[in-house]
Amino acid sequence: MSSFKAGLVVLQSDLGPKTLDWKWISNNLSDEIIPAVIGHVYLSFVSVAIALAISLPTGVLVSRYRKAYPPVTFVTGLLFSVPSLAAFALLVTVPGIGLGPRAVIIALVAYSLLVLIRNVVAGMDSVAEETKDAARGMGLTPRQILFRVELPLALPVIVAGVRIATVTIIGIATIGAYISGGGLGELIFTGISRNFPTRVIVGAVLATLMAITADLALLWLERLLRPWARVRRA
Amino acid sequence: MNEFFAVFGRDDFLNQLLVHVELSVAALLIGVVVALPLALATFRSPLWAAVAINTGNIGRAVPSLAILALVFPLLGFGFAPSLVALTLLAIPPILINASTGLRQVNPQVIDAARGMGLSGGQILSSIQLPIAAPVIFAGIRTSAVQVVASATLATFVGGGGLGDLIVLGLQRNDPAVLIAGSLAVAALAIITEVGFGALERAFTPKGLLVARKRAHTPSK
Repeated sequence: MSSFKAGLVVLQSDLGPKTLDWKWISNNLSDEIIPAVIGHVYLSFVSVAIALAISLPTGVLVSRYRKAYPPVTFVTGLLFSVPSLAAFALLVTVPGIGLGPRAVIIALVAYSLLVLIRNVVAGMDSVAEETKDAARGMGLTPRQILFRVELPLALPVIVAGVRIATVTIIGIATIGAYISGGGLGELIFTGISRNFPTRVIVGAVLATLMAITADLALLWLERLLRPWARVRRA
Repeated sequence: MNEFFAVFGRDDFLNQLLVHVELSVAALLIGVVVALPLALATFRSPLWAAVAINTGNIGRAVPSLAILALVFPLLGFGFAPSLVALTLLAIPPILINASTGLRQVNPQVIDAARGMGLSGGQILSSIQLPIAAPVIFAGIRTSAVQVVASATLATFVGGGGLGDLIVLGLQRNDPAVLIAGSLAVAALAIITEVGFGALERAFTPKGLLVARKRAHTPSK
């Protein structure tokens, strides 16, 4: 436990709490902090969008061909359990990817697949057989049933998945700055390496606020899409 | 390829692996010791349980790097600050699952137990806790996997662990060290996931399995 003692020594040194450097914040708001926020939103948004574009068709197919579900969850589950720094580092070594946002986006997409596909399948499963029968009886084609009945009814569960995926991705995207992905993590990493706590605090607090905001906003959307649940509760 | 395998035999690899495991186990244990009593103290009151669950939910949304980074200006570099941060990360999943698990126990079952003359403590230890055990263990599993993964980030605040190897590999452009470190972390995370999954099944009371099979309700 020698490292533990080393840690305690550091604890006792003069690194104690330092006040925020508000002047730095106001001086660097427009050319460092806001671009970092925009970069972070971009990374997260693009990753969720790509992941959703993969997961929606995959989830729908898997909900039809049930045999494919266990292998799909196994593979995506394996991807999900690889720690993010390891995934980023491994992707950097792949020829044609290298340092930069591309590696970060690939890893973030890989992370979201498990949650998204699982929720698409759960959403499709939640549609009652009677409802589909009724739609069939009304003369709807299988394609119409999918787009007008099944997907709209599955939407709240799918949005619940998007919510978990988005919050996870906003968090992991901060680590992407270590392989030059940009975003709020850059403030954190440069702050640590230059021993400038204000940068670290600004980056960490903004990333946290972004994750919590996305969480609450998507929760609100989820409830909005589930009007029947609200009526029942009232 | 040979130099890749050689990394696993190096002293610093074993040391960092040990630090990584130390950090994770300590954070998880402290997390359990903090979160379980909190859940036990709050689950009976709807208000406090809601406070505990919502605080846990917000805590889960906080990025792991943000927690490590925020601990650094307060406590500085090293093993102890990393441990504090990882413990903070370990608490929310356990708190959420323990609270919801204990609250989900069917009130009729508790009524029946009370009718049979069981005291409050007996109801807790032989009815509520066993029934909630699978959910509580699922929370501990989530927490463990998250802690093992996040312990990789301790390297950025001087906490050591396998993240040191990944960072070293990236900085020196040494793919052998980088890949060895990454694969070791990934393997550790997957072992944790699978191991705790087995533990979760072991702690599910047999009666609960029978009831689940009979009811055939999808657990949601």
